[in-house]
Amino acid sequence: MIYREAGQFRTSYAADQAVFPVLQDRVFVCAVALFAFFIVPFLASEYLLRAILVPFLILAIAAVGLNLLVGYCGQISLGSAAFMAVGAYAAYDVTVHLPWLNLLFVFLIGGLCAAAAGVVFGLPSLRIKGYYLAVATLAAQFFFDWLFIRVPWFTNYASSGSVSAPPLSIFGLRFDSPAGRYLFCLALLTVTAVAAKNLVRARMGRIWMAMRDMDIAAEIIGIRPLHAKLSAFAISSFIIGISGALWAFVHLGSWEPLAFSIDRSFALLFMVVIGGLGSILGCFLGAAFITILPIFLNQVPTALGIPLSTAMISHLEFMTFGALIVFFLIVEPSGLARLWAICREKLRLWPFPH
Amino acid sequence: MNFFVLEVLIGGLLTGVLYALVALGFVLIFKASAVFNFAQGSMCLFAALALVRLMEVLPVALALLSAAAIMIGLAFAIERLVLRPLVNQEAIILFMATIGITFFLDGFGQSVFGSEVYTLDLGIPKDPLILFDDVIPGGILVNEFDLWAAVAAGVLVAVLAVFFQRTRIGRALRAVADDHQAALSVGIPLRHIWVIVWSVAGLVALVAGIIWGSKLGVQFSIALVALKALPVLMLGGLTSVPGAIVGGLIVGAGEKLSEVFLGPFLGGGIENWFAYVLALLFLLVRPQGLFGERIIERV
Repeated sequence: MIYREAGQFRTSYAADQAVFPVLQDRVFVCAVALFAFFIVPFLASEYLLRAILVPFLILAIAAVGLNLLVGYCGQISLGSAAFMAVGAYAAYDVTVHLPWLNLLFVFLIGGLCAAAAGVVFGLPSLRIKGYYLAVATLAAQFFFDWLFIRVPWFTNYASSGSVSAPPLSIFGLRFDSPAGRYLFCLALLTVTAVAAKNLVRARMGRIWMAMRDMDIAAEIIGIRPLHAKLSAFAISSFIIGISGALWAFVHLGSWEPLAFSIDRSFALLFMVVIGGLGSILGCFLGAAFITILPIFLNQVPTALGIPLSTAMISHLEFMTFGALIVFFLIVEPSGLARLWAICREKLRLWPFPH
Repeated sequence: MNFFVLEVLIGGLLTGVLYALVALGFVLIFKASAVFNFAQGSMCLFAALALVRLMEVLPVALALLSAAAIMIGLAFAIERLVLRPLVNQEAIILFMATIGITFFLDGFGQSVFGSEVYTLDLGIPKDPLILFDDVIPGGILVNEFDLWAAVAAGVLVAVLAVFFQRTRIGRALRAVADDHQAALSVGIPLRHIWVIVWSVAGLVALVAGIIWGSKLGVQFSIALVALKALPVLMLGGLTSVPGAIVGGLIVGAGEKLSEVFLGPFLGGGIENWFAYVLALLFLLVRPQGLFGERIIERV
């Protein structure tokens, strides 16, 4: 009844091609954005902002980046945490050597370095496909793990290998408070999501999708595989690199290479698959699911008053996490975004059955 | 020629055989069901943990049998609960599901059997051995345990080869690996085949778990050996048993040689990624690996 499209006529081509052609969608998205920008920072507790919302926003950015590569271009990557690490360490090195540079440019350079790394490790995608490629991207993971541990230049010769981010400020404006960090990440996520959404509707996205659906056929109709695949690797790694810099600077503050281990790569891939391949909305849902689930599972035994050792809790957490992943894959292999699409179809007809 | 090189080479080859053992489990499952089973390493850990804890209460032979039974039970459970509902899904979904199984098995194994480091001692001698000291001055230093492990791996491969080539079930497995639909149409029950192949992979995981467990102690790091086996697979080709062995040998030897001869220039610890880069460069020349089936693509 509320969600009714009747009477909304699209009279121009532009209106028909809009991101949200239905009025209710536009209103809803604007409401969510306004709520997130103006209400949440005042209502949310410090714990909620620091431990849940900021990691969620940053991982959502990374998931958007990874989804461009995996969901839209069809290249499975298991090395995304490595590109996060490249972004983080590149940004760190820039702040060490050019401390006067605006933080936004620092993040931008971090992203560009990650993009360059992505292109290099994306080159094999022109020759190898599927599982072989997935394993090949693990090379990036292990190589960068090693690089940032063993080459002291990247960590500015810190003896422990752990480095700290400088104070956070842009244009003289400090945003060290939890609400400030939250707003900064939210702003970047909004920019990324809007850019990604428009990118996949544009020529670039169509090239990627053609590549994903059948690369030989795409090549035959005149799409250059080199251009298509490497641009996907570059843009996806750029976004992931920026999220890595955010993760290090805004969320962790000080970090060591372990923060970007292979587990993070798997978590990102889970977000994309559980959320929905080839869906920007899915990135948000997947990131929320994967960020909140471990925190939730961690709290359950304490909340129920079952006395368990920390090791036991972490094992049970692993176990439940794995089981839930399998469960979700079985119930809805196309991801949470598909569940939302089903709800939407139902809602359009509600309360009339036909 | 310096005999030190030879010593490093032999040490590397012997480690390579152990990698091949883990890679073998991957290949078996991939051949029969086109599922890339990321959980193979966790299955090794799970099997080793089960065996070690059972040995505390049961005699060795009985414990081995029960551990084997547990792995077969696991194969049934995975087929029924995971594979069957996911039939006909895209490859990446199945792949993610096996990563889910990995998480589950890691957590389950350690919460049931405990997460301390257990020592697994099946009475395999671990003394360093000096070979050929009459031929070469000083001889070649080899770990006797590694030799036994290599022998075990060799026997296992031989048994598997006979099983695949000579038995009725083996022939059915090869038929399924060749072409699912054709196999179905001549009356081979796919589900049974999947259970069998996962059971065989589970038993291979048990053997690998025993060997790695007695080498490193039964602990979580066994599950990470799977990550070492992946470049072996890439090199050898996902569908080839001999490929897994040869790939294991190349990776093992390459890893040790690179660590000894390149490591000092690059700051050490390059073992972790060298195999991957090696496999990557190799794939650029031959995308299907050494012995993989030639990839034929049609529109």
